[in-house]
Amino acid sequence: MKAGVIVFPGSNREMDMVDALTQSMGTAPELIWHRETELPDLDLIVLPGGFSYGDYLRSGAMAARSPVMKEVIHKANDGVAVLGVCNGFQMLTEAGLLPGALMRNRSLKFICRDVYLKVDGENRTFSGKYNNGQVIRIPVAHHDGNYFADDETLDRLEGEGHVAYRYCDADGETSDRINPNGSARHIAGVYNQRGNVLGMMPHPEDHVEALQGCTDGRGLFDGLVEALS
Amino acid sequence: MKAIVHVTLKNGVLDPQGKAIEHALDGLGFDGVGEVRQGKVIELELDASDRDAARTQVTDMCEKLLANTVIEDYSIDFTD
Repeated sequence: MKAGVIVFPGSNREMDMVDALTQSMGTAPELIWHRETELPDLDLIVLPGGFSYGDYLRSGAMAARSPVMKEVIHKANDGVAVLGVCNGFQMLTEAGLLPGALMRNRSLKFICRDVYLKVDGENRTFSGKYNNGQVIRIPVAHHDGNYFADDETLDRLEGEGHVAYRYCDADGETSDRINPNGSARHIAGVYNQRGNVLGMMPHPEDHVEALQGCTDGRGLFDGLVEALS
Repeated sequence: MKAIVHVTLKNGVLDPQGKAIEHALDGLGFDGVGEVRQGKVIELELDASDRDAARTQVTDMCEKLLANTVIEDYSIDFTD
């Protein structure tokens, strides 16, 4: 399996992503600068977290229009797996690869803490190592994670099984009180229609080894390696 | 000419920043303030002399970058 992590000016989680991928893959992914106009043959493209372009205009808006993204969109449309985490999720919605938008958190506060997620939709590329309905603990660190889409889009995402994760409590129950950022229908991550693009606000790459206090995020990367190798 | 683009959240999209301003105004004792919505203003200096052509160009800019039409509306005004 070959993976590439795209680096933008202002990315800051790319090395966490490299470490998590290296641990699961056994080899390191390639770091790719955002000015590149061609991508090598890859099985997985990752857009990492951070504050690309200082969140100017809207989070992810500038990065979504940077040179490399034309190629990312092209590869995604060809069926290559694409994972966007946090700022990467914001880029994927801004680029039109995923529906909806990430707005300012309902509380207006930057949130940095662990949350519980319920694994929602089954997806052969991304969720192979998780059971449907499984509850995992993953950290969030964002200011603009309030997922919005119109009701028609939300109905379609739910109807087609394209909600990937929802915010919940330790028992897997969703509620307005538990929802950390006001996301519509407690959505923390979504798949595209074809199922080869995943965007999520929480950071699975930061819960992959015991030193981090939890390894619940490792299933995502192990699942990717199994599906894409 | 100068184009002035106003970008605002669509009706029905919750605006937590507008709500915070509304509460702050209330706290300062300003009565009779209804819903507050926050947006942004983008000013563009253009070489164009034809207003219709400029409107077409700026509309394209709004659709491609300046606004996220999933959550935002935009309006375009011109000054000479």
